[in-house]
Amino acid sequence: MDNTVIKVEDASILFNMASEKTDNLKEYFIKLVSGKLHFKEFWALKDISFEIKKGESWGVVGRNGAGKSTLLKLICGILAPYKGKVTIHGSIAPLIELGAGFDDNLTAEENIYLGGSILGHSKKFMREQYDEIVDFAELHEFMEMPLKNYSSGMRARIGFAIATLVKPDILIIDEVLAVGDAAFQKKCETRLNKMIGEGTTLLFVSHDNSQVKQVCKKALWLNKGKLVMTGTAEEVCDAYEKEILP
Amino acid sequence: MKLLLKHLKYKELLFNLISRDLKLKYRRSVLGYLWTILNPLLIMIVMTIVFSHMFRFRIQHFPVYLLTGTLLFGFMQTATIRALNSIIDNASLIRKTYVPKYIFTMSAITSELVNLLFALFALLFVILATGVPFTWYFLFIVVPLIQLYVFCLGVGLFLAQVAVFFRDIQYIWTVLCTAWMYLTPIFYPVELLPDTLQWIVMRFNPLYIYITAFRGCILPGIALQPEYFLYGAALAIVVLLLGALTFNLNKNKFILHI
Repeated sequence: MDNTVIKVEDASILFNMASEKTDNLKEYFIKLVSGKLHFKEFWALKDISFEIKKGESWGVVGRNGAGKSTLLKLICGILAPYKGKVTIHGSIAPLIELGAGFDDNLTAEENIYLGGSILGHSKKFMREQYDEIVDFAELHEFMEMPLKNYSSGMRARIGFAIATLVKPDILIIDEVLAVGDAAFQKKCETRLNKMIGEGTTLLFVSHDNSQVKQVCKKALWLNKGKLVMTGTAEEVCDAYEKEILP
Repeated sequence: MKLLLKHLKYKELLFNLISRDLKLKYRRSVLGYLWTILNPLLIMIVMTIVFSHMFRFRIQHFPVYLLTGTLLFGFMQTATIRALNSIIDNASLIRKTYVPKYIFTMSAITSELVNLLFALFALLFVILATGVPFTWYFLFIVVPLIQLYVFCLGVGLFLAQVAVFFRDIQYIWTVLCTAWMYLTPIFYPVELLPDTLQWIVMRFNPLYIYITAFRGCILPGIALQPEYFLYGAALAIVVLLLGALTFNLNKNKFILHI
């Protein structure tokens, strides 16, 4: 019980999808008066329960729109559950999108401090780690340049370097590693594997089943917001493959 | 306690967001910080010329009277409009990482406050140039300034959450601000208003309270009324509570609408 780091109990997320998006008062009143204001309810996740223990690595599989990213956002605290409960013990490094919160008009150096503070790091800490970030990203000569002149790969390098700066208790990865050149991808993988080796809990979303089997020990399978099965990565991936590729 | 610690962790982010705003604002123009001072000065000169020739209000130290009004009202207006957009503008960040959402609203208001503090140098300049006698009461301007900041924070939090659901609130708010401006004695004396309107403005216009309290600290012709300080504080706290309450109630739904 003590070593449970993620506990999800009967969590559901409801999206209120208006058939046409109403986001202003004028339309709202027109529709209210003409009786056209109805919402279409959509359960992005329905009654999901599972527990993840410290040091485990989990893969999340499922088709597009099955709720995989929604589940990760729920665990990160970006989305609040409509029903149910999510309990997290420990720090989370969300690699949902690298470099979220960077400002294009600031220089890379300023963005490193901004990005660090979004993750809750102090300026002092960031100053100490600054050289290491720049070394890892291999972008020494571009630090004074505004970020708008950066390529997406260069942005991702900085984003990844900041996000994995501290060894988090829980690492959440949503198919972000597809950016960057092969050498950098290799470097990212090495760093992630090192973290997992040191006891970081991993939650990993991928469409590449062989990658899931390789990286993760366990897996869960989502379909249309419902949990289909949980188990070892082998079992779940095989069952999932059988289902979608008959 | 744990909650407080969690929020303290984000003070750095607040600071960084504010410094980003200021850096970007001043990096673009050659005159930099000087514009924040020059702009209200130039507007004040134009308005002083216009009003001292068109109307005869006979207000003592009219340039200072006018500048205090425009600076404080202008702060309220720009700060609340920026706060209104604060959640929508940061949608991409809110969708991807967890950050307490009020941070964005708070940083919008606070960076406008910093701008106001810079602009107060313009006021100081006009005070010196027009020979308003200096007294220690000047220091009391801190009180209405803090109260106005808290008041704007409350209004801003309320507007920010409404704007997520109804984007056109910004047009309505701009119109309301214009009406509000004419109902605030910025360039005319409050005695000029008809009796009923004057009664309403003096009791129910928060900006009248803050501007008058501010002027009371500076201008010799306007009495410094301690009850305005008390009333202003009560008003600011009530508005902040209302704003924070509505914001807190709806903050988890933001993500579904941005």
